[in-house]
Amino acid sequence: MSFLSLTNIKKSFGPVQVVHDFNMVIEKGEFVSFLGPSGCGKTTILRMIAGFETPSGGSIVINGTDQGTLKPNQRNIGMVFQAYALFPNMNVHDNVAFGLKVAGASKADIDTRVKQMLGLIKLEHLADRFPYQLSGGQQQRVALARALAVKPQVLLLDEPLSALDAKIRISLREEIRQIQQQLGITTVFVTHDQEEALSVSDRIVVMNAGRADQIGTPFEIYNTPATRFVASFVGTLNIIEAKVVDPAAGSVTIGGRPVLLKEGIASHKGGDSISLALRPEAGSIADGSRGDTALPGEVVSTSFLGSVIRTRLRVGGDVISFDMFNNPGIVPPVAGENVTLRFAAKDLLVIRE
Amino acid sequence: MSSAHTGARPPARRLPLHWLGILPFTAFVTLFLLLPTMKIVVGAFQTADGSFTLDNIYGLFTPSILAAYWISIKISIASALLGCLTGFAVSSAVVFGGLPKWIRGPLLTFSGVASNFAGVPLAFAFLATLGPVGILSVFLRSELGVDLRALGFNLLSFWGLTITYLFFQIPLMILIITPALDGLKREWREAAAILGATGLQYWRMVAFPILLPSILGTLALLFANAFGAVATAIALTGSSLSIVPILLFAQIRGDVLGNPHLGYALAFGMIVVTGIANAIYIWLRARSERWLK
Amino acid sequence: MRKIWAWGALLFGILYFTLPLIGMTNFSLKMRRGEYSFDAYAKVFGDPRFQETFTYSVAQALFTIAFGVLLVVPTAYWVRLKLPRLRPYIEFITLLPLVIPAIVIVFGYIRLYNTSSWLPLTGSAFGTDILLMFGYATLALPYMYRAVDTGLRTIDVATLTEAAQSLGAGWATILARIILPNVLVAVLSGAFLTFAIVIGEFTMAALLNKPAFGPYMQLLGANRAYEPAALAVIAFGITWGCLGLIQLVSRFQKSAPPKA
Repeated sequence: MSFLSLTNIKKSFGPVQVVHDFNMVIEKGEFVSFLGPSGCGKTTILRMIAGFETPSGGSIVINGTDQGTLKPNQRNIGMVFQAYALFPNMNVHDNVAFGLKVAGASKADIDTRVKQMLGLIKLEHLADRFPYQLSGGQQQRVALARALAVKPQVLLLDEPLSALDAKIRISLREEIRQIQQQLGITTVFVTHDQEEALSVSDRIVVMNAGRADQIGTPFEIYNTPATRFVASFVGTLNIIEAKVVDPAAGSVTIGGRPVLLKEGIASHKGGDSISLALRPEAGSIADGSRGDTALPGEVVSTSFLGSVIRTRLRVGGDVISFDMFNNPGIVPPVAGENVTLRFAAKDLLVIRE
Repeated sequence: MSSAHTGARPPARRLPLHWLGILPFTAFVTLFLLLPTMKIVVGAFQTADGSFTLDNIYGLFTPSILAAYWISIKISIASALLGCLTGFAVSSAVVFGGLPKWIRGPLLTFSGVASNFAGVPLAFAFLATLGPVGILSVFLRSELGVDLRALGFNLLSFWGLTITYLFFQIPLMILIITPALDGLKREWREAAAILGATGLQYWRMVAFPILLPSILGTLALLFANAFGAVATAIALTGSSLSIVPILLFAQIRGDVLGNPHLGYALAFGMIVVTGIANAIYIWLRARSERWLK
Repeated sequence: MRKIWAWGALLFGILYFTLPLIGMTNFSLKMRRGEYSFDAYAKVFGDPRFQETFTYSVAQALFTIAFGVLLVVPTAYWVRLKLPRLRPYIEFITLLPLVIPAIVIVFGYIRLYNTSSWLPLTGSAFGTDILLMFGYATLALPYMYRAVDTGLRTIDVATLTEAAQSLGAGWATILARIILPNVLVAVLSGAFLTFAIVIGEFTMAALLNKPAFGPYMQLLGANRAYEPAALAVIAFGITWGCLGLIQLVSRFQKSAPPKA
């Protein structure tokens, strides 16, 4: 059952079109992330759902109701902003109570609900504090409680973690996900951080220049990126340039060496340049490692990342990164060393530009 | 200060040296701000030979002097409130009203000029506009048949003075409140809206309480500004309108009240009035500002 | 709807503020019966009293500015550098002249510094000139201090001072060569504002019996019809000029690259 559907959404600011014909259907209780660089239109879509921006075309339907003419205060949506946006003149209790108060709830109901919400974010003991007395992480949890207190149909999160420290960012995103699942609330999350999106979402929309390049589960987005943009924005995929030799057979050359792909590439013709993606963990230079494809390369640099060692190799015209698991007996390659990179051709993905 | 520097000097001698740095300033404000004010306060409780008395203060409680205070206070309150209200309206019209952005710069520049355009020339400007032969009075009389005089309007009156004072009160409010309005974050308005609040609820529960300290501060400043305004009043009315600053001016000039120490009491009264206004402001501000650092 | 209301508020503001300006300009041009002329201005500029009092007030303004800068810049700098805990108190004191009416302050001067006091400033013409200048410096203190203090906030006083000291600079050099140039725009803003305040000031000059521009305007206003309007136009022009100069220097600062 579709709960939130965006149909042919367009948005222009003056002559600049920031969202092009966006279509998506979100299920009830789903956690969807909009991922992309700044200016890609993700925040604009969020603000159109909230009612702060009016779409230049298309329709937004929530739970069967067209939101077209509704003002933000008529939509029953919860929203958490990047800069907390807590009301500085109210303490934690009054901030969380605000939505209920303007809706005319009784004092007893408000107190019960606020207590419940503060319990949810584990900040009951700070009910009397003012925003300036709270840390960033605490403020954002209060903002979350404030948004959820009115039992919204949809929860919108506009880069809620960007202003926080790295450690708090990770713990808070897990808390948000856990609360979201506990309440089963349909959630739209906007972020430019791929790790954040991958770790909490049911589905991810990767946005590029006002269009969705790919919509899929985190697993799909990471492992089978549809476009070069998705591949480069999500994860650390290597992009390898190749020349098509025989489209039907799927044979190409990389740096002059023939490689046979797992399937044909009928959409291209011989002589075309194509981009192939290779995950860093798919390659190896260890002696006797598996893999049906071998390319000679020269080590550019190695960096030690704790559990893995990342090595950058120059192969033909490209620089390829690959990871090997750390173990005490390993001898990391040295810059300038000539090695052979082995990988399975089936791990090469053909991606759209 | 570098550590070598500090090490070379025993700490006990460093403190007085630090204080020496503000000695000129301290001397200046003591001699030309604090002592003169103290002199007035003390003088209000002294007889001519220097002994203590309350007679000067009692002397203030005559109908004519009380009336002068009362009209001064009324003019100050009226021009402060109206100045606040109008300045706020103009300022919010520019910040939130969707007016073109280019209006803002000229408006603030003009406000800077107008808030400093007080005193004698301001009185001349209003005489030339609303005086008996002022451009507006003449226009209303000859073109629309409205005789301001006949309607009871007189520039040399409570309303006349209030309207004149507004010329510097409104711009001062605009100058102070515009940055405060800019300080209202767009997210607060949006957060309120998405939580179901109407525009009015947002203003009543969020924006206005946040602005209140600035508004109160401006009110106190505008009050003192109008209460101490001497030049405009004298140039406008000569000495025909009996307000406190004019009374005091005449007293200092020629001791018209006979008793020189009554002048101290008059001036002391002015300090008390502005002092009370500021005490109210500080009290209200402390109440409205619990949420500030 | 909101837009109509906004335009209405603005329109009211414009009417209220332009009418007196139009009124005084119109009046100042009507000295010659039946036609517009600059007669009133010619009369004013030709009046030796005008030239005298105007020159006197300009001189007072310049001395006040010089004194104010010498007093405020080192103090504000020193407080920021060495006595930051005193800052709220100093700030409070500098705001007092906005609260204590000028007429009260000058009354205190007259009583405190009369001929029979320990410091008989009002006993001589020169002494009274000095006293008036101190009075003006007091009136301008809130504006001057605020401007300079705001300017100092934008630079790292402690680091600049340490850097200069490590290069062997003394206090006078630091103030004159390092601090002052960095807060020059703020100082100029304060200076122009001081000029605008002093040039038209009435109360203090009148009560100290000094031949300043303010009392001259008042005297003319009591006795003449058209010249006061011309004076008002001139005074408005001066105020506008001062504030315009403030805008100009602050724009200059914004566009100029920050000096290291």
